[in-house]
Amino acid sequence: MTKENPYPYIRVQKEDFDLSTEVKQLRAGHKDIGAVVSFVGTVRDINEGDDISVLELEHYPGMTEKALEKIRQKAHNRWPLQSSLIIHRIGEMKPCDQIVLVAVTSKHREAAFNAAHYIMDYLKTNAPFWKKETFPDGATRWVDARVSDKEAESRWNV
Amino acid sequence: MLDILYFANFREVLGQGQEQLPSDNFKTVDCVLNALGERGEQWKMALVENQNLQIAVNHNVATRTTAVKPGDEIAFFPPVTGG
Repeated sequence: MTKENPYPYIRVQKEDFDLSTEVKQLRAGHKDIGAVVSFVGTVRDINEGDDISVLELEHYPGMTEKALEKIRQKAHNRWPLQSSLIIHRIGEMKPCDQIVLVAVTSKHREAAFNAAHYIMDYLKTNAPFWKKETFPDGATRWVDARVSDKEAESRWNV
Repeated sequence: MLDILYFANFREVLGQGQEQLPSDNFKTVDCVLNALGERGEQWKMALVENQNLQIAVNHNVATRTTAVKPGDEIAFFPPVTGG
């Protein structure tokens, strides 16, 4: 018997994802949804002025899923949402690859816009993921946390 | 025993991702940190004297004063950079 996933709306995976498939599943069975907002984060080819050839995502298995679910629940407590989904990829990625998906549905657009924004801001500063860049010459660098991400989180006043 | 985990550049700088420590004398995270700091300058700089040190105990965000008990999983890592 397979163990049931305790966090069905959280996925931490190596595989890529398809936005339209995920949104379709998220909307399934909810006839009262009037708004769907999704955010997809992707890998840039330049960071801090340097060319990036590979971006590697490390995470803390167990804590990551728990932290993401906590963020998702906070959003549901704050806005009237019908459903939400967070997918975050791990492992090696290349420029233009998708890294993260946040999708939120609600009856009206304001809740969905706000909740998607909130989840992303919180994910950036609270979920245990770390990025490591590889340059074309093979050298590597761990990405530093940005002050602007901490400021983005604080705008939500929690 | 305590399970100690290190992530990202900590794992690289300290040369290991996880280890076990006997839990006998450790009452708080700070006690664990001080013991690890005894191992040398590398450990002291990365953990004890690191103002940006992030800590989790049993998957929950913790601080240096968080209590620890046998069987706990304690993780040390730099500020997160996902998304």
